[in-house]
Amino acid sequence: MSRYFTRLKKRRVYSWIGGPSFIDRKLKHMFYEGLCIKTDGNTNTGCIRPGHYILIEGDEDRSYVAKLLKLYDDGTGTRSSKHAEVQWFVRFHEVPQNKRKRLGRDPHPNEVFLYEIPNCDSDIDAETIITTVQVQHLEENSPFPAAQSQENSLYVKLSWDGKSFSPVNLDLLLQSGGKPVLPASSHTDSLPKPDLDVSRGLAVDSPSRPTRSARQQHSSTSKYSQSKELSDRQPSNVISTPTARKKLQLSNSVKPPGSKLTRDDVLAELLDEDRAVSSLEAEVTRRRALASKPSSSPSKKPRDLCISLSPIRGGQITQDHQLANGTQIGPRLQPEELVKRTLKRESRAESTEGETPSKRKDSIKIDAPLDILIEDGGEVGGPVVAVTPRSRRKSAQVSSARIQQQLNYLNRKQSTDFDVDDDEEDVFLPTKKDLKSSSEEESESVTGRRGSRSAVPRTPRSSRKAPSRTPAKTPNKTPRRTPSKTPVPRTPRTPRHATPSIPSRTQPTRKPGNVLEEARARLHVSSVPESLPCREQEFQDIFNFVESKVMDGTGGCMYISGVPGTGKTATVHEVIRCLHHAAEQDELPSFCFIEINGMKMTAPHQAYVQILQMLTGQKATAEHAAALLEKRFSTPAPKRETTVLLVDELDLLWTRKQNVMYNLFDWPTRRQAKLVVLAIANTMDLPERIMINRVASRLGLTRMSFQPYSYKQLQQIITSRLNRVRAFEDDALQLVSRKVAALSGDARRCLDICRRATEICEFSSQRSGSGLVAMSHVMEALDEMFSSPYITAIRCASVQEQIFLKAVIAEFRRLGLEEATFQQVFRQHLALCRVEGLSPVCMSEGLTTCLRLGACRLLLLESSHRDLHLRVRLNVSQDDVLYALKEG
Amino acid sequence: MSKRKSKENCLTHGECISQAQRMLRERFCHQKIPGKPFGVESQHKHLLELLKRTAVHGESNSVLIVGPRGAGKTMLLNCVLNELLEVKHVQENVLQVQLNGLLQTDDRIALKEITRQLHLENVVGDKVFGSFAENLAFLLEALKKGDRSSSRPVVFILDEFDLFAHHKNQTLLYNLFDVSQSAQTPVAVIGLTCRLDVLELLEKRVKSRFSHRQIHLLSSFRFKQYLEIFKMQLSLPEDFTDRRFAEEWNQNIKSLCEDRSVEDVLQKHFCSSKDFRSLHMLLMLALSRVTVSHPAIKPTDLLEASRLCTMDSKANILHGLSVLELCLIIAMKHLSDIYDGEPFNFQMVHNEFQKFIQRKSHSVHNFEKPVVIKAFEHLHQLELIKPMEGPSVRTQKEYQLVKLLLDNSQIMDALQKYPQCPTDVKQWATSAFG
Repeated sequence: MSRYFTRLKKRRVYSWIGGPSFIDRKLKHMFYEGLCIKTDGNTNTGCIRPGHYILIEGDEDRSYVAKLLKLYDDGTGTRSSKHAEVQWFVRFHEVPQNKRKRLGRDPHPNEVFLYEIPNCDSDIDAETIITTVQVQHLEENSPFPAAQSQENSLYVKLSWDGKSFSPVNLDLLLQSGGKPVLPASSHTDSLPKPDLDVSRGLAVDSPSRPTRSARQQHSSTSKYSQSKELSDRQPSNVISTPTARKKLQLSNSVKPPGSKLTRDDVLAELLDEDRAVSSLEAEVTRRRALASKPSSSPSKKPRDLCISLSPIRGGQITQDHQLANGTQIGPRLQPEELVKRTLKRESRAESTEGETPSKRKDSIKIDAPLDILIEDGGEVGGPVVAVTPRSRRKSAQVSSARIQQQLNYLNRKQSTDFDVDDDEEDVFLPTKKDLKSSSEEESESVTGRRGSRSAVPRTPRSSRKAPSRTPAKTPNKTPRRTPSKTPVPRTPRTPRHATPSIPSRTQPTRKPGNVLEEARARLHVSSVPESLPCREQEFQDIFNFVESKVMDGTGGCMYISGVPGTGKTATVHEVIRCLHHAAEQDELPSFCFIEINGMKMTAPHQAYVQILQMLTGQKATAEHAAALLEKRFSTPAPKRETTVLLVDELDLLWTRKQNVMYNLFDWPTRRQAKLVVLAIANTMDLPERIMINRVASRLGLTRMSFQPYSYKQLQQIITSRLNRVRAFEDDALQLVSRKVAALSGDARRCLDICRRATEICEFSSQRSGSGLVAMSHVMEALDEMFSSPYITAIRCASVQEQIFLKAVIAEFRRLGLEEATFQQVFRQHLALCRVEGLSPVCMSEGLTTCLRLGACRLLLLESSHRDLHLRVRLNVSQDDVLYALKEG
Repeated sequence: MSKRKSKENCLTHGECISQAQRMLRERFCHQKIPGKPFGVESQHKHLLELLKRTAVHGESNSVLIVGPRGAGKTMLLNCVLNELLEVKHVQENVLQVQLNGLLQTDDRIALKEITRQLHLENVVGDKVFGSFAENLAFLLEALKKGDRSSSRPVVFILDEFDLFAHHKNQTLLYNLFDVSQSAQTPVAVIGLTCRLDVLELLEKRVKSRFSHRQIHLLSSFRFKQYLEIFKMQLSLPEDFTDRRFAEEWNQNIKSLCEDRSVEDVLQKHFCSSKDFRSLHMLLMLALSRVTVSHPAIKPTDLLEASRLCTMDSKANILHGLSVLELCLIIAMKHLSDIYDGEPFNFQMVHNEFQKFIQRKSHSVHNFEKPVVIKAFEHLHQLELIKPMEGPSVRTQKEYQLVKLLLDNSQIMDALQKYPQCPTDVKQWATSAFG
């Protein structure tokens, strides 16, 4: 619904209402009561005041939702001097991709979540405000209202604190406002209307939209016109509201005697109006249950209804207490249609007839939501619909009892549904049907959710709404539930993303049986150690870097270099693990971590695709992904969590123009991006060697170099991994670590050697029986891995091959060069054969011998089509060859 | 039973022979050697234990089997795999992926092949695979999803491993080794290569991820063992259909091994190479001489086979040349002697030939120049001479520089054996300056 707002290119003019109400002399901030928005080409102006819910220009064609807390001018006099302080709400698609599952259900398209992450930038430019919006709070368990044509209202059920969804703390919702939740209803300038009208015109961009809205229009003509009518009569309401507000505040502060102040109570207080509504509703349903004739419309007896309100309410408070902690979600009624209508009638009656003291409170409470309702572009609105548990209970009882017997009736009546709906006079019949249908649909969706979700049998009724309804969706009349919007958060469900896995094994893996096997399992590089010894300093540095960036909500780059196997990636992962832990403990704002690896993509540009996929779950081509990311990181989004991006094997992302690297290091420099990039590569001077200046400059000088492990560190690593499993003699460990430290300082190598040594030990211990890995085993393992195979290979070669090698050396000596042609060598070869007393070989055989030596790279050869003129070089030193041959 | 036995005995001699031949041919061509490979017990054990740990414990491993061509690398691996798959629960668990560097010439093809062999291509519907990038991401994700205890271990066999190291960025190797070093689906990466310097081909980060286990198969056996292998490979198994024929055959093979001339042949062969394939070649040739009338391998057969094996291919070609072509070859030999291996062109060869003709006009017919050119071209086609420049360089045919691809010894040998070679030509060849 909000997609079109940014496309709305019409300029809006903002101006303060009245003079500053309060001036902060220190900050030179002038606080205002309201902001007036005037849209070009439209004479209507709209007013926004603190306490209103507003839409703010956002990125990706969607507007942000927030509640306005304060309006002030920072006194600089520039264009962007108007500021606003807001309490943010997030839409579902703004929740990080990987955490969306925590909601545990499909989000309502109009659902928003209270954003409860601290130190989020709540100060915005007031001129990004688009319009007001209606946000209403719903109970966690209550269904989304199925009201028609409520495209402009959003629903809050839960709050999002970066880790989990939890029920909205209403205190917070209230306090943050500093004023009552209810938007100040006295200023009903019908503000959003012009904007909405404009936008509605623009909004018709998805193919399915026109038909749907047309249908809605069709089905809701009656209500629409009715509410319009209402809004026309509005002035009479306005008079009564100021007192209403005061009263409300009063009732909020004063607790009913004897009732505990549970959250539900606060809620109850808050939603007093809802209670009134629901009591009404309950009354209506009760009455209806009693009524013998469905056509006994309450609209015809508004006074009756009003009188019956207070006693029922009293009863329901007690009911509420019983229900407070109940976890019932049964088939329940949603008779919002009915309630709405009755309400309207009632309020109309009230506003015309004045208030009698006895029911004053109630009527006021009904009044307030009505104001919202009217303010909201004349559309029948949310708070009225918000159903609290108490109403649900009663209506549920009634409805469940009646669903069965009414089903048949319904089926029969279905065909006439439309006609009846349009009939203004006969209000009750269609509403009743609506009531039944919604409850029925609720139960249907409940079963659908419990079951496999697929193929929920459609009731006959549903044929009317068939086109865009998904089985799991509760509200059946959600406005503007266009296909273009709903699929967005659900893209991962498409079969394209189905990720296969290696089939699982039929037999369980065997657990390590003895000490050596245990040691081997622990020494495997893949086993994740409890801690990373010997990298404390590096760990701390990286940790501090990332932590500070996440804390401040800024971005930055860090370059980490080091030879392979020095724990770069492992350390970063450890840091991230710790930070995640800290974030879970609320010591840190939550952040999202994504990782790309230059080696794990086929081309540097794939980096964009992978980052985008991990951030948002979207799939796109490289160019498109780059554009989307560019947009994402350049538009302000105060609610966005910091992204920590690990770029492994950075050098593989090198392209001729280096734009991948450039972008990766440019995004963190943007203020809004909140991106921390940790780049890992092997060479210390990579920025200087391969990066052009503008890239290297953006990478900055935050660098860290991982030194190869020293032998002590390697020893410590093995010891910590073994963790008191005694499998190695100390000398053996020392030998391994010294050897590896001398060669490369690669921890992987060290672990592999140790693992091999345990194997050798196991083989030999089957004969001898000492359990520990001794020096000899380690030596054997080292020999296996590091000894050059050339000498053994020469010794194992056939006689002719050995002679040929000798001939090569002889020819080299003769020529004084390190290169000879095959023909020359072969002559020597024949001569040597004679000396050795072997029968001379023919040329073909000689060549085969030569090529065989070339295949195992004892010789370096040209390609064999040069035949006699093949140039031959040795790949081993002459001394090695002579040494090997002498011994043999 | 008795009937069957009599029926077995009824197998004609010819049937027995053809059956024996089929069985042995299968051995030699498909490298299906009965029993364990010879002389590589420790390597065999190492590899078997390694694969067992992957299959049973879900431990990831990587290993390279290095050895010269024909040293029995694939034979060893197949033997180990067969042994491993005999265990039932291993057979159910282990997945195998066989790749060959000569077939999967780049990573894209290799990835598709892996996906196909893992039967993953149907998981995403019957959708044909998209881009290389998608493919890689898909496969990596699939491997990443698994873990040590629950996924079936995958054995990757990379034949001609060194060729994979030439793929761009060594992406495939990096990822396979990376999986083998991280807690993902258990894999065993087995590379087979004949290059001793294979580790130097790996990029440093790929190398670091490789476990550095190398199994060297260097065929370090002696001649005695070689004889044993020879005997083993020619012997018919116990369960051969016709027991009597098999006994006779095996008896014959035994006596063959004790024959002096056979031993000489084998010794010579052993000296020239320890390659199993060349031995199989020799035995194939000998085996194919066995017929009904010649029911067993005789020492002469082996001698003949050995002669065929060790024959010089170019000398054979020389035997089929005409006298004119032979004369040209001799002229070229003289030229390369005079100019010490420097290249020459047709005109020079022709001049040399003309000089010879003028001197010995009575013995050799004088040919027209076009005929000589034709003969020269024929030599070119036989690749006995090789042009110095590529075909792109346009020079006149007569002046194109060529080199002779024959050694003097080859020419002299061929002349000795050439039937009815004119003596003048022979003399011309031996005389230093004709």
